[in-house]
Amino acid sequence: MVPQPVPTVVVIGNGMVGYKFCEKLLAKTPAFNLVVFGEEPRVAYDRVHLSEYFAGKTADDLLMAPLQWYHDQHITLHLGDAVQEIDRVSQTVHARSGLVQPYDYLVLATGSSAFVPDIPGVEKAGVMVYRTIEDLEEIKAYAATAKRGAVLGGGLLGLEAAKALLDLGVPETHVIEFAPRLMPRQIDAAGSQMLQTKLEALGLTIHLSKATASIGGEDKINALHFGDGSVLEVDMLVISAGIRPRDELAKLAGLEVGLRGGIVVNDEMQTSDPRIFAIGECALHGGMIYGLVAPGYDMAEVVASQLTQGARAFTGYDMSSKLKLIGVDVASFGDPFIAEPHSRSIVFEDAHSGVYKRINISPDGKYLLGGVLIGDAEAYNLLLQTVNNKIVLPPHPEDLILGARGGEANEGAGVLSLPDEALVCSCEAVTKGAICGAVTELGVTTVEGMKKCNKAGTGCGGCVPIVKDLIQGTLKAQGAYIKNVLCEHFDYSRQELFDLLKINDIRTYDAALDHFGKGDGCETCKPAIGSILSGLWNDLIIKQNTIQDTNDRYLANIQKGGSYSVVPRIAAGEVTPEQLMVIGHVAQKYGLYTKITGGQRIDMFGAHVSDLPDIWEELINAGFESGHAYGKSLRTVKSCVGSTWCRFGLHDSVSLAIEIENRYKGIRSPHKLKSGVSGCVRECAEAQAKDFGIIATEKGWNLYVCGNGGAKPQHAQLLATDVDKETLVRYLDRFLMFYIKTADPLMRTATWLNKLEGGLAYLKNVVINDSLGICAELEAEMALLIQNYHCEWREVVENPELRRQFTHFVNAPTLKDPSIEFEPVRGQKIVKAW
Amino acid sequence: METVIDVAWVAVCQAADIPVDGGACALVEGEQIAIFNFARRGEWYATQNLCPHKQQMALARGMIGSTGEACEPKVACPFHKRTFSLLTGECLNGDECSIRTYPIKVENGLVFIGLEAG
Repeated sequence: MVPQPVPTVVVIGNGMVGYKFCEKLLAKTPAFNLVVFGEEPRVAYDRVHLSEYFAGKTADDLLMAPLQWYHDQHITLHLGDAVQEIDRVSQTVHARSGLVQPYDYLVLATGSSAFVPDIPGVEKAGVMVYRTIEDLEEIKAYAATAKRGAVLGGGLLGLEAAKALLDLGVPETHVIEFAPRLMPRQIDAAGSQMLQTKLEALGLTIHLSKATASIGGEDKINALHFGDGSVLEVDMLVISAGIRPRDELAKLAGLEVGLRGGIVVNDEMQTSDPRIFAIGECALHGGMIYGLVAPGYDMAEVVASQLTQGARAFTGYDMSSKLKLIGVDVASFGDPFIAEPHSRSIVFEDAHSGVYKRINISPDGKYLLGGVLIGDAEAYNLLLQTVNNKIVLPPHPEDLILGARGGEANEGAGVLSLPDEALVCSCEAVTKGAICGAVTELGVTTVEGMKKCNKAGTGCGGCVPIVKDLIQGTLKAQGAYIKNVLCEHFDYSRQELFDLLKINDIRTYDAALDHFGKGDGCETCKPAIGSILSGLWNDLIIKQNTIQDTNDRYLANIQKGGSYSVVPRIAAGEVTPEQLMVIGHVAQKYGLYTKITGGQRIDMFGAHVSDLPDIWEELINAGFESGHAYGKSLRTVKSCVGSTWCRFGLHDSVSLAIEIENRYKGIRSPHKLKSGVSGCVRECAEAQAKDFGIIATEKGWNLYVCGNGGAKPQHAQLLATDVDKETLVRYLDRFLMFYIKTADPLMRTATWLNKLEGGLAYLKNVVINDSLGICAELEAEMALLIQNYHCEWREVVENPELRRQFTHFVNAPTLKDPSIEFEPVRGQKIVKAW
Repeated sequence: METVIDVAWVAVCQAADIPVDGGACALVEGEQIAIFNFARRGEWYATQNLCPHKQQMALARGMIGSTGEACEPKVACPFHKRTFSLLTGECLNGDECSIRTYPIKVENGLVFIGLEAG
């Protein structure tokens, strides 16, 4: 048996696109002998996120795949060996090392180099480009001592480079642009203006319409001389004036190249020699060089398809892009510049917060043609999809950039109306159909699962929100009613279980599992049932310590390394000098790192589990009690100093905050609860960012509910106005109990309200107007919880049986975990990094 | 018990020292071993205490439970909720890491861990 000869594919260039080609080809078939030449000493790395190299990422973090991957895939990889000649007659490539490699097909993925304009003095020391990891290392070395840096070029890459200089701490950074505005190829004049204002506010100095005539200095740069006679003293310059396709090898081999560079290719990415392909930034297609990674990946897909008898062709690429420049969102999509009479534009400009949005719609108002977003690009994905898929616009297209004003917003409906062909993840070319199909056919229900399944969202990550909406929308659409169940062991929602356990007087997890569940439980239903039982009876939680999450199991917050932190209650942030000394003494004695928390109390970190009871014994003897920082329960009621000291204060916010904190302390809820009380409308306690917040008015108190900070901040909403303290407390009892009874596990009040049908109006009706007739019941239930309060740590300290559980080694109770290690920092200690 | 390995049984602690339906960590010949008393099923398990995800000595403090049709017993690391099979040590979240499991038996109220002899 003579084996079929395996055709050899040689790839010249091991950059992002060259790598992606290998990956895509191997995903289709292993029936090729793949040989890769790379001139850099490293394997392909992610240039798009190059600036993160400064932010602490290592060269290894940026790799597209480790060296081992090439080995595992049986790819022959020649690194640091540039190809010097292509012999098209004998179909061989000749490398610098002398290696001669025959090919059946050749793929040129040689990329581009930085374009360095012909300015006298560019050879001087301190003049650099921004392209490779080696360039970055050079920039880093110069930036360490530079006082003043400049970047030549105000385009996308130039502004990235300027960000790098800012990040590296160059005290003064200048951007020089030849055109009269920034990013002239991507955004319109008004957008440029807004971007410039924002960047200047961040510390960049921007010079427009400046032609650089020469670079001054002896051997090392000391100034830039401009065509208009002005001079700017600098001690380093990064040139980012565009890219130049690496086509010299192709030219040498007699392949057709463009007048201004680039290897000419057809729609199949074939060069003038049908056995040779070119992809990425070295390829010239339809007169265009594509300087983004997504079209490069698409070209890689086209060649992989051609080599495997597929029929994919490259038909140009949408150059829409969205990026975050020095913290400012910038996006352009479709045709950003098209104007009257070919389109009508809707523009929104908010100079105050630095937001500029423009959308261009067809003259008949039916289609979106393109636009620009500066300062807020949240709508980018949806707008891009609307352009690319020619979705007919709603009657009020201004809603697309202003948001629907008035009426219920219908989240997610937008993405589900996309056609199946709609490209959602452009980096990995995953369509809406593929994503929804993965949900319906393969049972994928999470973004993580989707990434594993079809790589959607693994590139730039910009499409992740839309992927999430699609997953949830598809799940919802699958059945008219999606049963909201706790986990695989309980076929009920948290709210249903709350009622079931109450009616059946169930007080332990095991009884709940026996009556209403199946299997042996898990890390989801155990703490959820624990929370319900606490919300019903408020028993001592460590009586059932093995169903509690680890913080509730050890009544302390587990930290990196496995040590715990300790937080005594300091209601409303009011603390006496004597109490401060006790905390200081305890922290010193047990070697704890101390820090003031965001909730106006003191956290002590680095406690060994076996020290916890001793630490608490001392704190309790000094009059402290548990702060419940470890529980899904009330954390703190933050307060401003109020009318007792403040000349603006209307009422005594501290006293009210103490009373409220003590009223609800220790009560377990679906998630943590934070609160604040402000003594006047200046709102120093930030009450409107809390789950419930109270603000003094001339006539009484205003009550706000369901706000939170965190990853997705949301302001609290006004529930009641100008109420007296008794009314306020009554409303709070009802509100909190209603939340405790009806929310899903780990659902904060803000999300709970967002999902509550009827929203705030409904909540007001229940809590204030007693529309469900349950207010008396809610108040009675809350009264029971308050009555059953106990300091959990006092119970432990006073109970030898419970104390015994606080050891690391069951068979060596006096021994501490030797794997916990600390290192010094600013006069204290921190845990060693993992 | 289809595989018979030559193990040396080491008595570690009283069975009553391990929380019901929970775990505790024991120091056995210099190694940290997590011991689980799965009382609901009348079963005992032992694994390494180190969670391989972030190298934390924490598995003994994790919640135990079961998953799937076959009710595979598992433990969830308290740090980031990676779950591991108590039978095979395999990570059940699709990660490539796994944990070591040890033979365990309870006799006369004492917990014994099986270490490889030799």
